[in-house]
Amino acid sequence: MRFLTVSGPPSAGKTSVILRVIEALQQRQRKIGVVKFDCLLTDDDTLYAKTGVLVKKGLSGALCPDHYFVSNIEACVTWGRENDCEYLISESAGLCNRCSPHIKDITAICVIDNLSGVNTPRKIGPMLKSADIVVITKGDIVSQAEREVFASRVKQVNPGAVIMNINGITGQGAFELTSLFEAASNIDTLKGKTLRFSMPAALCSYCLGETRIGDEYQTGNVRKMEMEDKP
Amino acid sequence: MRLTELYLQPLTATLAEHPYIEDFITSFGLTIAADNNSLKHYLDQLNPDLLEDLGLSREQLQRSLDDFLNGMLALRKPLDKVESLTIIGGRNKSGEAEDFELILQPGEVTCIVGPTGSGKSRLLADIEWVAQGDTPTGRNILINGQVPDSQWRFSTEHKLVAQLSQNMNFVMDLSAEEFIQMHAESRLVTNPQEKVAQILEQANLLAGEQFRPDTPVTSLSGGQSRALMIADMAFLSKSPIALIDEIENAGIDRKKALNLLIREEKIVLMATHDPILALMGDRRLVIKNGGIAKVIMANEAERRNLQRLEEMDNQLLALRNRIRSGETLEQL
Repeated sequence: MRFLTVSGPPSAGKTSVILRVIEALQQRQRKIGVVKFDCLLTDDDTLYAKTGVLVKKGLSGALCPDHYFVSNIEACVTWGRENDCEYLISESAGLCNRCSPHIKDITAICVIDNLSGVNTPRKIGPMLKSADIVVITKGDIVSQAEREVFASRVKQVNPGAVIMNINGITGQGAFELTSLFEAASNIDTLKGKTLRFSMPAALCSYCLGETRIGDEYQTGNVRKMEMEDKP
Repeated sequence: MRLTELYLQPLTATLAEHPYIEDFITSFGLTIAADNNSLKHYLDQLNPDLLEDLGLSREQLQRSLDDFLNGMLALRKPLDKVESLTIIGGRNKSGEAEDFELILQPGEVTCIVGPTGSGKSRLLADIEWVAQGDTPTGRNILINGQVPDSQWRFSTEHKLVAQLSQNMNFVMDLSAEEFIQMHAESRLVTNPQEKVAQILEQANLLAGEQFRPDTPVTSLSGGQSRALMIADMAFLSKSPIALIDEIENAGIDRKKALNLLIREEKIVLMATHDPILALMGDRRLVIKNGGIAKVIMANEAERRNLQRLEEMDNQLLALRNRIRSGETLEQL
C-alpha cells in the first residue's frame, strides 16, 4: 500500500485537491482509502464517501490535533492494509504552523494557496519546509506575476521539493500529481518509523484544564516573553 | 564556483557574491552578518534550541541551503531557447485518434476554439506538463523537435507556460511600481529599475485609461490590470509560451497587446471566440469531445474581412469613448 500524508493551513484547498486526485487515481482503477483528521467537526468525510473511496474520520476534540494524529496514524495504516487499499491518503490541517504530520520515508505533501500572501511560506514550519511535494492552489484567480513570486518564495524555504500548481475546481494538474504518487514508498506498517520533525511541546497547567490567568497558576513548561527593550 | 568553496570562504565575500543567501537565511527566521568567518562556521555555531523553536534542524537547514545554492548556480546556465513546440496528436474522449502533428514557433498566434468542457484546459495541461503519452489524451509534446528535459515539468524558474485569464486579479497590497519591482527581484533580473519603467510604460500604452506608478495594484480597473499583466508577461516572464484565456472584454487595446507578445517572441496560445482576435491568429485549433477535431489555417479571404471587422470595432470604440466623456448618442 502506498501511503501519503497531506497537510496544509486551514482553507488552503486540501480536500479539493485530494478529491481531484481521487478522480485521477480512479481513472487508473485504483482502490483508495482516505483518513480525514480534524478538530471539532467535519463533513468532508461525506464528500469523500460520495466518490466511493473508503473513509475514516478522526476528530481530536480537546486534544492537540497533531499529537492526536501521531497517536492514531499507525492504526489507520493497518486499517487501510486490512481493507486492501492500494493508496491511503491522510489529510490533516497544520493549525499552529509549527506542527507537521510528515513521516520519514513516507511521501509528504503540503498544500498552500496563492491567496495566503507572499510572506506565508516563511511563516509555516516543517509542514512546508520538510514536504516532498508542495501543491499550490488558487492560481486561477491571481495574476501570473503573483503566482511566480509566490512559487519562488516557496522554493526559497523548501528548495528540494517538487512544486506543482493545481486547480482544485477544474482538477488541472491533479492527474500530473498522481503520476508522482507511483513513486511513493510501499509500506505494510508504520512501526519503527519516525516523524520528520518533533512536535511542539507544552505540558503546563493549561494543558491540564487550568483557565485562571496569573503567574501563581502557571506550572510546568512555561516560557515568558522578553518585555524589556534591549539597549 | 563550486559549492564547497562557497561554504569555506569568508562570509564578507560569500554574501557580496550571493546576496540572496541573506534573504534565504532570513526566510527561516535567522539572521546572518558579513564577517571573516565562513558560511560553514555560521551553520555550525547555530544554537540547536533556537533552531528547534524555529521548527528547524541543522541537517535540514544544511540540506535546504545545498538545494537552494545548487538551484541558484544552475539558474546561471539558462536552458536552450525554445525555437519550436511540437504537439503530436493522441486521442479524444471516445478513443478516436487525433490525426495531426503541429509545430508552433515563437511569434505565432494559435487560437483555440470550442465550447466549454470540450477539452481546452486539457490541451493546455498537456503542454504545461510536456506530456509524453502519459496523460489521458496520450498526446506528446516536443521542444525543439526533441523529447524535452524534465526540468520543464518541475522547475519553478523554467515554467513553460505563463497564463492570463479573465478571472485573474491582483491580490497584493503593493503599488504598481513596487509590485513589478518585487516580481523582477524574484526573477533575479540584473536591471530591475529598467524593467519597472519599461513595463509601466507599455502597460499604459495598452490600457484605455492611464495609471500612475504609485497606484495600488488592487485599485487598478479591469482593463488596467489586464494591461499590466500582459506587459509584465511580455517583459518579465521567462516562459516561452503565453496562454491567454478570453480577454475580449478586458477593456484594453487587444491588437497592441497581442503585438507586444509577438514582438517579444512568445508562442501565443489564445482561447477566444472574438472574431477579430481569432482572425489575427495564424491558425485555429477546433476542439471537440476532448480532441483536436480540425486545424484551420489563416487564409486570404478571412484576412481581408479582418480589416472590415476592425473598422466596425473602431466605430464601437469611438462610441464607447463618447459615452465615457459624457456625450450622448442620438447621432451615430
